[in-house]
Amino acid sequence: MFLYSIRRRLLSTATAMLSLSLLVAPALTAADNTAKSSLSIVGPWEISTLEPSRSGYLFLRMQVAEALVGTDLEGKAAPGLAERWEVSPDGLQWRFFLRPDARFHDGSPVTAESVAMNLQRALGQPGVLAMAPIASISAAAPREVNIALSQPYAMLPMLLAHSSAIILAPAAYNEKGQVRRMLGSGPYQLVRQTLPQQFELALSPHWRGRQPAIRHIHYLSVSRPETRALIAESHQADLVFGFDPASTQRLRHNPKVVMKEADLARTVTLKLNSGHRFLNNVETRQALSLAINRAGIAKGILRTPELAADQLLPPSITQWHQAGPEFPRLHSDLAQAKKLLAAQGWRPGTDGILHRNGERFSLALTTLPDRPELPIIATALQDQFRKLGIEVKVIVTNSSEIPLGHRTGKLEMGLVPRNFALVPDPFVTLNQDFKHGGGDWGAMNWQNGEVPALLEKIASETEPAAQARYRHDIMLALQQELPVIPVTWYRLPVAVHPQLQGVKVDPLEQSYYISDMVWSAQ
Amino acid sequence: MLNIISRLLFRRCLQAVIVALLVSTVSFFLMHSLSGDLAFRIAAGRYGYDMVTAAAAEAVRAELGLDRPLLQGLLLWWQQLLQFDLGDSYLTSAPVIDEIREQFGHTLQLALSALALSIAIALPVGLVTGLNPHGWLDRVSLALSIILRAFPPFLLGILLILLLSSKLGITNAANASHEHGGLLLPALTLALGLAAVSSRVARDAMVEVRRSAYFNFARTKGLSDLLALLRHGIRNAAVPVIAYLGVQLVFLMEGVIIIESLFAWPGIGHALAHAVFGRDIPMIQGTAIVMGLLFVLCNTLVDIACLVADPRQRYLVTRRADA
Repeated sequence: MFLYSIRRRLLSTATAMLSLSLLVAPALTAADNTAKSSLSIVGPWEISTLEPSRSGYLFLRMQVAEALVGTDLEGKAAPGLAERWEVSPDGLQWRFFLRPDARFHDGSPVTAESVAMNLQRALGQPGVLAMAPIASISAAAPREVNIALSQPYAMLPMLLAHSSAIILAPAAYNEKGQVRRMLGSGPYQLVRQTLPQQFELALSPHWRGRQPAIRHIHYLSVSRPETRALIAESHQADLVFGFDPASTQRLRHNPKVVMKEADLARTVTLKLNSGHRFLNNVETRQALSLAINRAGIAKGILRTPELAADQLLPPSITQWHQAGPEFPRLHSDLAQAKKLLAAQGWRPGTDGILHRNGERFSLALTTLPDRPELPIIATALQDQFRKLGIEVKVIVTNSSEIPLGHRTGKLEMGLVPRNFALVPDPFVTLNQDFKHGGGDWGAMNWQNGEVPALLEKIASETEPAAQARYRHDIMLALQQELPVIPVTWYRLPVAVHPQLQGVKVDPLEQSYYISDMVWSAQ
Repeated sequence: MLNIISRLLFRRCLQAVIVALLVSTVSFFLMHSLSGDLAFRIAAGRYGYDMVTAAAAEAVRAELGLDRPLLQGLLLWWQQLLQFDLGDSYLTSAPVIDEIREQFGHTLQLALSALALSIAIALPVGLVTGLNPHGWLDRVSLALSIILRAFPPFLLGILLILLLSSKLGITNAANASHEHGGLLLPALTLALGLAAVSSRVARDAMVEVRRSAYFNFARTKGLSDLLALLRHGIRNAAVPVIAYLGVQLVFLMEGVIIIESLFAWPGIGHALAHAVFGRDIPMIQGTAIVMGLLFVLCNTLVDIACLVADPRQRYLVTRRADA
């Protein structure tokens, strides 16, 4: 009897404690926003530092900081901190005219000196600015910045639009020149931060442009895609970025979630060591391409059949994607692939693996785990190449092994998620990847003079028709020569709260256009 | 009593110095013996895979002086350590001590909440089942303990998000702050794993106490069950439970790494995972030292708690010292 009473008391205590611990945490969902001027964003991106070369991309997308040049949804240069710019007839002197009412978040005016200081600093940091032949950056007048080039470079505005070239107030830097405060000039200012996972933004009192409807933003980085999907499903955030393929498919069928998707300028490519004795001819590379079942990978792994890449860049990158019917498409044809290899002298052995001059056709495929679908695509390719008679060893390792393997010459094949929108125009990445000598993430030991020459012409050419012709010829040459083999494109899925209007998904990931968003009436 | 505790503290302080030296040296050699090029790995951690290039890696190599010989690097590290300087993070360039201070506070908050919650669950369950061993409640508790301990924390966390956040709407799935119940789900996920075992330890200790001669004597001399439990039972049963709580720290530290990532909790476990991927050697070494010292501190606290709870241990220590 006594024991029973003790047991009952202890049980009720335990129940009470558990209930209390559950109830002390009041539930709040993003949907409960009453003010309707706040926005809650969840994404996978972490901010471990405020340094523009490392984390500037998120502050640019969130409209905290501005670059001298902005871009529109099609990737064309648009006014940013500079309302307009002029270029001298010889293409060497660029003059940028700053927006007169621009102020940093500490209230200080944006001056030509502060812009020049930021750009000079960016030039010395890892980024893209060093790709331009910049001779000097100077303040020509209180609101005019002059950039002198040693040779014409038409893509300069695109480089200036990059997140590593965002302009911060002089007070943002400490005595060592490190960024200690995020003081940009965009509509939103950083008011609270718990790095690396969350920060809060509020409308800056110094913003003189159109006043946005969203005045307060909370960003939370959630690294697990499973958690992000559950957050989206239960409306605990208004904008949720990036899901794994399985969650994306589930969310697409969830009537309570509005999904917006955009094809990114990012392609999963098979980087080939074209100097390798097995891969140093076009026919072998074409055979590899013909053996890839892109539709199967896109449907089975990415759960989105349209993402099968029949050329390097997706349709959303209109300037570079070749939509004409005469343009040859990449496709699958295993029988043709086998014929091409047989013509190279490869003969199947007893285990089905091809042999030539006593050597097995065996290659290592290196990939990275940063995007969870990559190792799965790599094993799919392993199986598809096995059917062709090629033995593939898959190595999943740190992303830096790809550029390192490129430099040491030890890389045989690499499966990489190449971002062609490092700056809004894919030209810059293409130039990095396919210039003479190739690129860390692009061509490797590829002997070709045509593509580098065309890239050089685009860099200096400003006439649109000529540029379009060069772009076509570059894409055609890459399609035929296959220094890298496109496998699938990427799609950025965004779960949007049903009452949030004006959401645009930028395929170039330059901005979230938060200042254009509005909450619809209940 | 004070004399015994001060001797214990002195011994533990010596241990802490040895642990700090050993952990820092071993972690230094371990990090430098990992495969791959250090500069490339750090560049990937800093700039992400889109921007890691050979040029960025060489800039990192020059900036951090990664070309210096290993022995010189070790001597520099020891020199820093003697000045209580853990260096600057390779990834963020901020002082490691500042990063750890910020992150460790979050982890401590999560760990202590999980521990408190696990005690709140395990003790009542353990005591009740221990008072009636082999009853239906004991069997159910055993089955639940096995299931909860066998569940990987990651899966348990997902299930709790599904149940408490998505279905019932009691709390948010992830929120790295006190607000909106951000602490509840990660703490509960860890606590359930801890309580699964500590409830069984408490139960066994209670069974042992109930079978003991002193408990039966207390009942025989006329004390009620409740008084016998309060005066003679709980204190005796507490010693193994306290000792086991110290052991559970290992489970706790193992759990926070995945739990912090799952629930976006900005603690040291999450930071450690990132530091390992990005080869942030100063951060890893600093974290390893702090973790090592934390274990020494916790073991000291457990020892003191056991000495306070159990007079027999104080007696034994005094006798050993006299001998």
